Amino acid sequence: MRDFPLFPDQASTFATQVDQLYFFLVALSLIFAGVLPFVILYLIVRYHRSQKVDRSNPVDSNLKLELTWTLIPLGLVMVVFFWGAFLYVQMRTPPTRTLDVYVIGKQWMWHVQHPNGKRENNELHVPVGQPVKLIMTSQDVIHSFYVPAFRVKQDVLPGRYTIMWFEATKPGEYHLFCAEYCGTEHSLMIGRVVALPLADYERWLATPGPVVLPDGTIDTGQPVVAPTIGDPMAAAGARLFTSLGCLGCHAMAGGGVGPSLQGLYGATEKMADGSTVVADENYLRESILNPNAKVVAGYAAVMPSYQGQITEDQLNQLIAYIKSLADTGN
Amino acid sequence: MSTLSLPQSSYIRDNSRTFTDWLKSWLLTVDHKRIAILYLLSINFFFLLGGLAATLVRVELITPQGDLMSSDVYNRAFTLHGVIMVFFFLIPSIPAVLGNFLVPLMLGARDLAFPRLNLLSWYLYMIGGLFALIAAVFGGVDTGWTFYTPFSSTYSNSNVVMTITGAFIMGFSSILTGLNFIVTIHKMRAPGLTWFRLPLFIWANYATSIIQILATPVLGIALLLVVVERLWGVGIYDPALGGDPLLFQHLFWFYSHPAVYIMILPAMGVISELISTFSRKRIFGYEFIAFSSIAIAILGFLVWGHHMFVSSQSVYAGLVFSFITMLVAIPSAIKVFNWTATLYKGSISYRTPMLYALGFIGLFVIGGLTGIFLGVTAVDLHVTDTYFVVAHFHYVMVGGTIMAYLGGIHFWWPKMTGRMYNETWGSIAALIIFVGFNMTFFPQFILGYLGMPRRYHVYPPEFQILHVMSTAGASILAIGFIVPLIYLGISLRKGAIAGDNPWGATGLEWKTSSPPPTFNFDKTPIVTEEAYAYPPEAAERDAAAWRPGSPL
Ligand code: HEM
Ligand SMILES: [Cu+2]
Repeated sequence: MRDFPLFPDQASTFATQVDQLYFFLVALSLIFAGVLPFVILYLIVRYHRSQKVDRSNPVDSNLKLELTWTLIPLGLVMVVFFWGAFLYVQMRTPPTRTLDVYVIGKQWMWHVQHPNGKRENNELHVPVGQPVKLIMTSQDVIHSFYVPAFRVKQDVLPGRYTIMWFEATKPGEYHLFCAEYCGTEHSLMIGRVVALPLADYERWLATPGPVVLPDGTIDTGQPVVAPTIGDPMAAAGARLFTSLGCLGCHAMAGGGVGPSLQGLYGATEKMADGSTVVADENYLRESILNPNAKVVAGYAAVMPSYQGQITEDQLNQLIAYIKSLADTGN
Repeated sequence: MSTLSLPQSSYIRDNSRTFTDWLKSWLLTVDHKRIAILYLLSINFFFLLGGLAATLVRVELITPQGDLMSSDVYNRAFTLHGVIMVFFFLIPSIPAVLGNFLVPLMLGARDLAFPRLNLLSWYLYMIGGLFALIAAVFGGVDTGWTFYTPFSSTYSNSNVVMTITGAFIMGFSSILTGLNFIVTIHKMRAPGLTWFRLPLFIWANYATSIIQILATPVLGIALLLVVVERLWGVGIYDPALGGDPLLFQHLFWFYSHPAVYIMILPAMGVISELISTFSRKRIFGYEFIAFSSIAIAILGFLVWGHHMFVSSQSVYAGLVFSFITMLVAIPSAIKVFNWTATLYKGSISYRTPMLYALGFIGLFVIGGLTGIFLGVTAVDLHVTDTYFVVAHFHYVMVGGTIMAYLGGIHFWWPKMTGRMYNETWGSIAALIIFVGFNMTFFPQFILGYLGMPRRYHVYPPEFQILHVMSTAGASILAIGFIVPLIYLGISLRKGAIAGDNPWGATGLEWKTSSPPPTFNFDKTPIVTEEAYAYPPEAAERDAAAWRPGSPL
């Protein structure tokens, strides 16, 4: 039966939970879709015009019946709604301690970079038993990162980050699909997710391998092959932080033209207009590309926009760097 | 009045002498019945075209490698299929054909309120269709029927603008038809025909018309903005230009969710008529069926976000949309239960329209229930954008709308043409469609839960067996759709003369001759009773009159 599966692998902590709810829905459906046809069948046979049966006093309305078949289904859908809602909130809320991996989607491949700098294309290696958070964006159209065996899917949009998390439970190789139609080779925008025991994963992470960068290829059309792990993302980000001139205003010790970024990630920031914002990946992204959209209280709107000057890849590194400052900050 | 020949004068006959006169008398007609026939022919043409595109898709999917055609051709084929079926077949199907023919007849009116506008609707429909066809012939379009941005607005190299123009123009046709129905239903009911004496088909079309008027403009604007961004680079949807890609999805689904009710509500109206007639009984729970149509029309405007659970819409928005989606399933359930209860103590006959009605209930129940699966956020995360969704909406759109459309066509065929179709072939075709349909689409639920994404040209080999089953079913389904074309065509010449009321049904449309005269009624009818006014002993009498050899 290996080549003719009827049910998908269960390989994440969500898989069993989603499947339980699914089976509950299937069971409810069988009560309706399984019983109702037999009721109808019975009625159309028994009351067929050729049957001499009692047809006196036909009824054509009955409030009690109407209420029964309104309220019972209503109760049942509420049960599945709340069940689904709790699970959904859980699936959309990553725990605080996660392994962060950066994903860039583009027509028609997936590019992944791990915090230590290791890159891979159309593959994602993850450890079993660790919550993994994907920070994803697209360089062009909308894609969707889908791992059926984990029961997770999240659209990947240009111009913002979307977040998805999961915890693999079973070592193995699983399908990775692009689930949002994205043009000609949509169906080839596929790959595999490799879930490894922690030790194997760490060994894999430390092994250099050739990787095609997601950009830097644009001018020449020639893929750049880097036979190294590359720098850790935070270190690459730190270099960008200096070379792009960020440091000129955002002095680490504070007191610069702009606020210090130490301890920023995850904190709640007060804005000039009195609102507050949680400094997550999307806020950091916006502050770099469109700094005047939200200005921190006490500072002037003087930061230039870096829109068009840095690639998605570099942006990821910058953000990895700023996130790393949160750990050292407190 | 059982006649042996067709009535001397009817809307079909005219005294034009030359062929051009005859052609003009049809193409410039303002008679709602003739316009319905124009729609019938053109809509069925588009249905066949959409079916052809589907055939290409299904044949390609027999093998996991994309070997029959290139990816670009495949993408154009499923887009053509979706665009044609949704915008040029399903949305207009029942309102524009059966609604056009029947609304004035059921109301006891001479015509719709605005006969010229009605003709304009048909021309707009045809012009829209022409644009879509030209776009298809000159290279096609590859965005999917959903036109998601920024793919459609910036990246696609296909005839997006042309296709969108077609859908845009067709939208006006839909709006005008809705407007016409609403005014007609308000203003032109025969004396004595109060709201609660209206046939449920009228209620359903009324609810549909409201949606058509309120939702279609939003689609028009959303699509227009795609064109604006595409042609002039104005940043609306593409973040590279400062736009927001989700904005499109919100606007699109604000129309397109209600649009699914544009497709199903009139179908439900048809089913109510069929079930009552072939049970010889008043419909059970008339008010509940009527108001559930209105409830669906209203709630249907508030659930668009259930198409966007993984789009990066906020968790809270997702929960709210999920909650309202659960509520919108209830009125559909109410209808199903009321139809079932109507059968109780009826005198049921298995004529072709009834077979379609029963088939509708079975398939719609599966479609509706799987809609709940999709509305439950945690499950939708896994199955959205897979074949599970594909199966769901085919169960409601083919299993629902098309079954009702075919049931309605058979039911009112004698009224439209004055002749009966062949009952044996009718039942055989209905059966073939039911079997073929389930074979085609049931495996797709399994495929979807396994994780097979939709719109995939190439797919992993382990999905092949289910895909082959689906294609096999589709071949049977195709036969089921072709058979009626043949026997209905033959019936136009050879069919038995139907007479005014071959089914012994209630309803004003059965009180005039078949086919009806140009102005429908010689005298404006006066209504003194409710719809479905079968006397309490109607079922008993019908059964008592049954002899071996009478129709089943
Ligand atoms: C009980 C009633 C229904 C419920 C609860 C329901 C629910 C849903 C949900 C939640 C989705 C989104 C799935 C996704 O994209 O992940 C969906 C998709 C869809 N439904 Fe329904 N639905 C119902 C009835 C209908 C009806 C009556 C029709 C049409 C006649 C319909 C047509 C569609 C279509 C066309 C899509 C997919 C659109 C696309 O992505 O291309 N549904 N439905
Ligand atoms: Cu919907």
